[in-house]
Amino acid sequence: MAKSVRETIKEITRTHLTERNGLCFGQCLTAVGWVGGTLPELYEEDGMVEVTTADVANGGFVVGAGLQGRRPIYVVRYQGFQWYNAAMIVNYASKSKEIWDIPCPIFIRSIAMEGGMGPVAGSSHHSLYQRMPGTRIMAPMTPREYEFAYEMFTDHDDVYYISEHRRSYDNTEELHDIYEDAPDVVLYPIGITRFDAIKARDILKDRGIKVSICNMLWIKPWHLNKGMWKVQLRNSKFGGLVLDDDYEQGVASYFAHKMMTERGTSDRKVYTLGLDHRTAGFHPDVDNLPPSPEKIVEKVLQICYN
Amino acid sequence: MEQNYKRETFKRASLCRNFENETYKQIQNKKLKLPVYLSAGQEYIAASIAQYVEELSILPDIFIQHRGHSTYLSFGGDPVGLVKELLGKKDGCANGMGGSASIQCKEKNIYGHDGLMGSNVTIGVGSCYASKRPTIVFVGDSAVEEDYALASIGWAQTKNLPILFVVEDNNLSILTEKKVRRSWDIHRVADGFGMKAFDLQDGPENIRVGLDGVFEQPMLLNINTVRKYWHSGAGNDDENAFDRYEEEMKKIEDGKEIHEEYKNKVKEIWQSQLEKQ
Repeated sequence: MAKSVRETIKEITRTHLTERNGLCFGQCLTAVGWVGGTLPELYEEDGMVEVTTADVANGGFVVGAGLQGRRPIYVVRYQGFQWYNAAMIVNYASKSKEIWDIPCPIFIRSIAMEGGMGPVAGSSHHSLYQRMPGTRIMAPMTPREYEFAYEMFTDHDDVYYISEHRRSYDNTEELHDIYEDAPDVVLYPIGITRFDAIKARDILKDRGIKVSICNMLWIKPWHLNKGMWKVQLRNSKFGGLVLDDDYEQGVASYFAHKMMTERGTSDRKVYTLGLDHRTAGFHPDVDNLPPSPEKIVEKVLQICYN
Repeated sequence: MEQNYKRETFKRASLCRNFENETYKQIQNKKLKLPVYLSAGQEYIAASIAQYVEELSILPDIFIQHRGHSTYLSFGGDPVGLVKELLGKKDGCANGMGGSASIQCKEKNIYGHDGLMGSNVTIGVGSCYASKRPTIVFVGDSAVEEDYALASIGWAQTKNLPILFVVEDNNLSILTEKKVRRSWDIHRVADGFGMKAFDLQDGPENIRVGLDGVFEQPMLLNINTVRKYWHSGAGNDDENAFDRYEEEMKKIEDGKEIHEEYKNKVKEIWQSQLEKQ
């Protein structure tokens, strides 16, 4: 039976703590559920550290542990809580190597989910880190991608922001790029939108619209360096569409701009679709969810026929 | 022993005072092109603690604050590296990136400060938790008001860490007095957390007594002191303010000679670096 993302994270964490002298910090780690089943049942003596409810201070504790070379994994239960936690990390850990030649590697597990989470806790907030220097950002959604993200972390001495999503935890499949010879539109989905991009593509295919998919695992550093991504955009009839689980005004707009100004992409336009620019409420009627397959289809149709 | 402690502490303080006085001149001469946070007047805090831990043969991890020249120098940071840093040289103690406020010394385990007030409290606590080594955090009476600093002091007590928090209490946040900003005392807050905590004046004997049992458990010392110069730059808020250094110099038999010796040493270091400009 194939390993899920959940089991992959659990295995990585166990190895990190029991074999690599690592630490894992977070709030309510050992509570029922063990963060969606992604943590092994280990305790403080093993390196699983329950921190206080003081999010800003907790971010600093993790930075201190990073300075001591303990390569902490930092579990932040909701990405929205990064508005507190990011302060110490982006201002110290991410700058430490540049200013003082002292690396401060941290593996931040920043977890997203939506649906009834209200105005703060829901969705992804990787754009918050993207605008500051010194942090590498990835959004792995498959077991192999997660392993790759951890390998990158262990091979380097940087801060890694891992933009996770709880909906990916059950996933056992790898997601591959899909290239059409002459696509009508190229989708560039990030994070959890990658699953719904596939569904949207199937719907559009039935309507005779050819859609390519280029999976955006890396958020930072980011280059349109995959030759095929550029070729796909250049050969597309109507351009590209970046999909995100963060607000459209964040990395999605940044990527769209970079793609349109990149040499070799011709004059193709690149559009964006992410969270609506409004506050999420708790009730389904007022929630703010990542683009659904239907919403993606609607946007692609607009691009094609507008 | 006691006399030796006082004399050796005075030497450290003398290095700091003369360094700051010479830096003051260079600011006036417009040789420095960045904000400088002089620690003159407060030097006895770092000097006393550095002397004490050296006598214990402990090399602690140190988390410095922005007004940190005296901490850096007292704990053995290279004065030449600091001069170069203030001049923005790439071979300065913080690669020319740290200026006056973000200095460091790897050899002496002094970690730089990022400029976010009180962040060194949280980071020092995390570092101490991860290493379990003796750790000292220097923080001002203003920065310690940060909510995350208070939470960190509480967590250090919860985890019973070998850490010393030193609040350099000059009563001022730039020029805003403590009584305007808060109605509580940090040593009482720490005491409320269950921590061993004292409120002291910055004389070397007081500090020495206060340090008894340091690193055996978490400890906080709120040390009252007087900032001699402006918050930033070269200027004097009160010419008649109490000066600990001058008082202590009178108590050391060869105090004036030591002072002159360091004055000349520091002057030479500055001149030699300025000539390379």
